Amino acid sequence: MSSIDTVGFAPQARLAQREANLLPLRVRGLELSCDGTPILRGLDLDLAPHGCTAIMGPNGAGKSLLLKILHGLIAPTSGRIEWGNQSPAQVTKRQALVFQKPVLLRRSVAANIDFVLKARGKPRQSRDALLDHVGLLHKARHPARRLSGGEAQRLALARALATEPEVLLLDEATASLDPASAQAIEAIVRDACASGIRVICVTHDIGQAKRLADDVVFLHGGCVAEHSPACDFFPEPQSSAARDYLNGRLVF
Amino acid sequence: MGEAFSLALQLVTSGNADLYEIVGLSLRVSLSATMFACLIGLPVGAWVAISRFRGRGAVLVLMNALMGLPPVVVGLLVYLHLSRSGPLGFLGLLYTPSAMIIAQTILIAPIVAALSRQVLEDLHTEYAEQFRSLCLSRVQTITALLWDARYSLLTVGLAGFGRAVAEVGAVMIVGGNIDHLTRVMTTAIALETSKGDLALALALGLVLLVIALGVNAAVQSLRMSARRQAYV
Amino acid sequence: MKLNQSFGASIVALTLATSAIAANQSIIVQSTTSTANSGLYDYLLPMFQDKTGIQVNVVAVGTGQAIKNAQNCDGDVLLVHAKASEEKFVEAGFGTTRTDLMYNDFVIVGPAADPANVGGMDDVQGALSKISDSEALFASRGDDSGTHKKEVALWADAGVDPATGSGEWYRETGSGMGATLNAGIGMGAYVMTDRATWISFGNKQDYEIKVEGDDDLFNQYGVIPVNPAQCPSVNVEAAKSFADWLISEDGQSAIAAYEVSDQQLFFPNAPKN
Repeated sequence: MSSIDTVGFAPQARLAQREANLLPLRVRGLELSCDGTPILRGLDLDLAPHGCTAIMGPNGAGKSLLLKILHGLIAPTSGRIEWGNQSPAQVTKRQALVFQKPVLLRRSVAANIDFVLKARGKPRQSRDALLDHVGLLHKARHPARRLSGGEAQRLALARALATEPEVLLLDEATASLDPASAQAIEAIVRDACASGIRVICVTHDIGQAKRLADDVVFLHGGCVAEHSPACDFFPEPQSSAARDYLNGRLVF
Repeated sequence: MGEAFSLALQLVTSGNADLYEIVGLSLRVSLSATMFACLIGLPVGAWVAISRFRGRGAVLVLMNALMGLPPVVVGLLVYLHLSRSGPLGFLGLLYTPSAMIIAQTILIAPIVAALSRQVLEDLHTEYAEQFRSLCLSRVQTITALLWDARYSLLTVGLAGFGRAVAEVGAVMIVGGNIDHLTRVMTTAIALETSKGDLALALALGLVLLVIALGVNAAVQSLRMSARRQAYV
Repeated sequence: MKLNQSFGASIVALTLATSAIAANQSIIVQSTTSTANSGLYDYLLPMFQDKTGIQVNVVAVGTGQAIKNAQNCDGDVLLVHAKASEEKFVEAGFGTTRTDLMYNDFVIVGPAADPANVGGMDDVQGALSKISDSEALFASRGDDSGTHKKEVALWADAGVDPATGSGEWYRETGSGMGATLNAGIGMGAYVMTDRATWISFGNKQDYEIKVEGDDDLFNQYGVIPVNPAQCPSVNVEAAKSFADWLISEDGQSAIAAYEVSDQQLFFPNAPKN
C-alpha cells in the first residue's frame, strides 16, 4: 500500500499498544539462577485484572526477585511473562515499585515529588494533593532524608503514585515500620487499590496480608506452592509449607 | 620568616594595588578554569560513573593517570597550540589570561572528572534501582546525580581549584608572567624568588595560603549546613 | 649640543605622535630575565607608554628561549644579549635589523671564604682555570641563555671542559639567573652573572664579586624588531617605534639614568646617526 497509509497507521498502532491492558498477568515456566544457584524453578502464575495480591513465603523463596522480574528490573534466566501481551521491560514505566528501604533524593520532600512529576512530564500542581494524601503536606519543605522511617515510606508511596501507575508493587514496604506507621501505609495502599490500581505486595506480615489482600500467592521451593483467595488461604492453607509458615515454623 | 609575616600583613593592609591586581587575576583565572573544568569534567565523570562498556577499566586508569599531568607539560602543549606558529595561533591568545584559563582547565578537568566519577558512582549505587524503576533517561539520571551530589562535588571542584591556583608551570609558559597583564600569585612568587627577594616571595605565599584557607572554609561551612539537612 | 638634543627629541616625539594615534596598542617583547629582574623595564616602559600610548608587555625568559619564542612569532620585539645568535636570527629572516642597545658586564661572584682563591682577579680565564683546578663548586645556568652561552665560550677560552666535572663540582641548574644565584649561594658555589642582576639581587648573603674587569666579560644587549614578512601577526608600527625609541637619545638617556643602589646598571651604546 502507499507509504501514507503506513505513516498514518504507525502512531495509531503505538497508541493502541500503550493503551493495551496490562492485565491479566501470565507467567509461564519462570526460572532464575543467581551465580548458578537456581532460585525460581519453573514458576507459573496468573493474576486477575483487579484487586490486591499478597506474595508470601519464607526468606529466600525469591519473592523480592519475582517482584523485580515482574517490574522489568531483572531479566529472568528463562520463562515467559506477559503483562497483557507485553514484556515486563516494556511496561516498567506503567508500574511503580516501592522498596523496603525507600531511596529518597537528597532534597526537600516537595522536591522529591517534583522530580518525578517533571521526569514524567506531569504538571506540578498535583504535588500538594499527593503530599496531602499521604499526610506530609506540612513537611513539604523538610529535607526528605530527615524524615522518620514511616514518613519516608509514605513519601516513597506518594512518589510512586505521582507516576500514576496502573500496577503498584510493594516490596515489604512496612517491614521496618512500627504498627501505626504500617497501618498508615496500608490505608494509602487500600485507597490506591480502591481507585483501580492493581496492587501486588510482598509481605511477611500475616495481619497485613489479611487486611489488604484479595488473594495470596505462596512461594516455596522456587515455585508457587499455593495460590488461593485470602479468605481460603488463611483459615485453610492447602500446602503443608504454607501451613508451617502460618504456624510460625521454619519452612525448608 | 617573621619578616615575611610582617611584610605580608603590610602588603594586605596597605591596600597595595599591585597585590590586589595579582590576587584578583589569580582568582579570576583559577575560578574560571575551575568552572570550565567542571563543565567538562562533571558530565564526563557522570557518564563514566553510570556506564558499563568495554574498556571501561582502561578509561578509569587513563582518567586517574591524567590527574597527575605535570603543569609544565600542559603549559608546553598549550603553548605549542596557541603560539603564532601553532595551529591556533590566529586566535592571538598566547600571553593572555585566556591562555592561562585554557591551560589550567586542561590541567584540572581530569581531576574533576576522575574524582566526580568516584563520588557519582557511589551515589548511583544507592539510586540505580530506584531510577531504573522510574525509567529515567540517561540525561535525567546524570542531572539528578549531579544535583544530589552537589555538596560532595563542591569538594571535587575545590580540589581542582586548589591545584589550579597553586600551579606555576603552566601559567608561566602560556601567560609569560607579564606585569599588569598575566602576572598571578604563583608567577609573582617565582619572580620574587628569582630576584632573591625571599621575604617578599614568602609574604606572597602567605597571602596565597590565606586565600586558599578562606575558600576552603567557605566550602566547608556550606557543606556543614548541607550535612545538617542530610543533603550530603 | 643641547639644541641638538631637544631637536632630536622633538623629531622622535613627532614621529611617535603619528603612531600614538593607534592608541591602546600593545606589543610583546621577548627579553631576558636579567633586564626584567633588574627592574629596568619597570622604569623605562611607563615613559614610553606615556609618550605613545603603546603598552609593552615583557616576557622574561632566557635568551635562547626568547629567540625561539620570537621565531614562533610570539613576540614583536626581541631584546637579548647573545650577539652571534641574534645575527643568525636576523640572517634567517626572523628579524628586520639588529642594533646595539646597551651593555654592562658579567662578573663572577663567590662566597667570602673564596675556596678557589680568585678574589680580586681580572683575568677571567685564569680564574676559571683556578676554579676547575681546585674543583671548587661552580653553578652554571645550563639553559642556553645569553649568560650561559657566554660562560661556555669563556670555559673554552680557558681550555677547560667543565662537562667532565658535571654533577661533581660543575653544577648546571637549568634555570634562570635568579634561580641559579639562589641555588649557587645555597651550595656555596661560584656563579657567573651579569652585573645588573647581581646589584638588584636581594639574597646575596655573604657573597661578593670576586672576578670583574676583564674585557672578555663585556655583555652587549641588542634590540631586533621581528620581521613582519616572516610573522604577519607582528604589530609593525608599534614594534618599530619601541625599538626606535630605545635607540633614540631619549631612550638612551633613560637607560643611562636607571640606577639601583646608586649604581648605573646598563650603559647605552646605540650607534648615533
